[in-house]
Amino acid sequence: MNYFELFNSPAKYDIDLADLSATYQTLQRLTHPDRFANKGEQEKLLAVQKNAELNDAFTTLKSPLLRAEYILQLRGIDLQHEQQTVKDMGFLMQQMEWREQLEDIEQAPEPFDALEQLSDDITEITTQELTELAIKLNDNIEQSNREAADLIRKLKFLYKLQSEIEAKEDALDDL
Amino acid sequence: MAYSEKVIDHYENPRNVGGFDKNDPSIATGMVGAPACGDVMKLQLKIDDNGIIEDAKFKTYGCGSAIASSSLVTEWVKGKSIDEATAIKNTDIAEELALPPVKIHCSILAEDAIKAAVEDYKKRQN
Repeated sequence: MNYFELFNSPAKYDIDLADLSATYQTLQRLTHPDRFANKGEQEKLLAVQKNAELNDAFTTLKSPLLRAEYILQLRGIDLQHEQQTVKDMGFLMQQMEWREQLEDIEQAPEPFDALEQLSDDITEITTQELTELAIKLNDNIEQSNREAADLIRKLKFLYKLQSEIEAKEDALDDL
Repeated sequence: MAYSEKVIDHYENPRNVGGFDKNDPSIATGMVGAPACGDVMKLQLKIDDNGIIEDAKFKTYGCGSAIASSSLVTEWVKGKSIDEATAIKNTDIAEELALPPVKIHCSILAEDAIKAAVEDYKKRQN
């Protein structure tokens, strides 16, 4: 059973997060190891496994990027285990510039404002790319799936940058 | 996961960090990124008229292994011809730094950075 089947949800990118959460709560209760305290070892073990699988499934499906990656995996494109490098010079230059900007942000006249501006810019671009990704995934033909894979590869750099912005925010808070 | 001593050495004392003027005709620039971890690497080579790499600089945003891999290749490529430099394999880098399997992509990134820089050089020659 794949993650979508587990949640009784169609295997597509657009997903109702409230529904997903509600189903998760229900399934979580049903498979909670506490319910199996009085059962045999075999049943207990099975419940623990199901519960773990449920948590993995929920983590994957609620994240736009992980969900998209998982959909492509179901379509036979495995991004998780690839070691391919991105060589798009323009894209990488921009990534480098943002990282340099982040590195030197303490020297900005208003570091917090500069950080927020950078974060907003990255969020805006990420949102645009996710919208594009949804379209490509919904098209679901060979070419659009390939394009979706490329978008995911690029989005991973944006997610990484965003998490570094958050780490920097924490570091500035501690000063 | 523990880093090897060589990784720590390169990470703490990275060699040849920085960059050259990318508009200088003797400078070739290679940029690569690894989606798996979001690491970005820039490798620049200063190449003389005979195709020998005189100098190299790098800038890498990534984990210790990615920084160590790029630092190491800047040392290795100096004095080499571009053909010798492109012959450097990621397995050589991984072996020298004793990279664990989950960090092999860092050495692949460094190998691809050399190749990207050499490609840039060849493009400029034409």
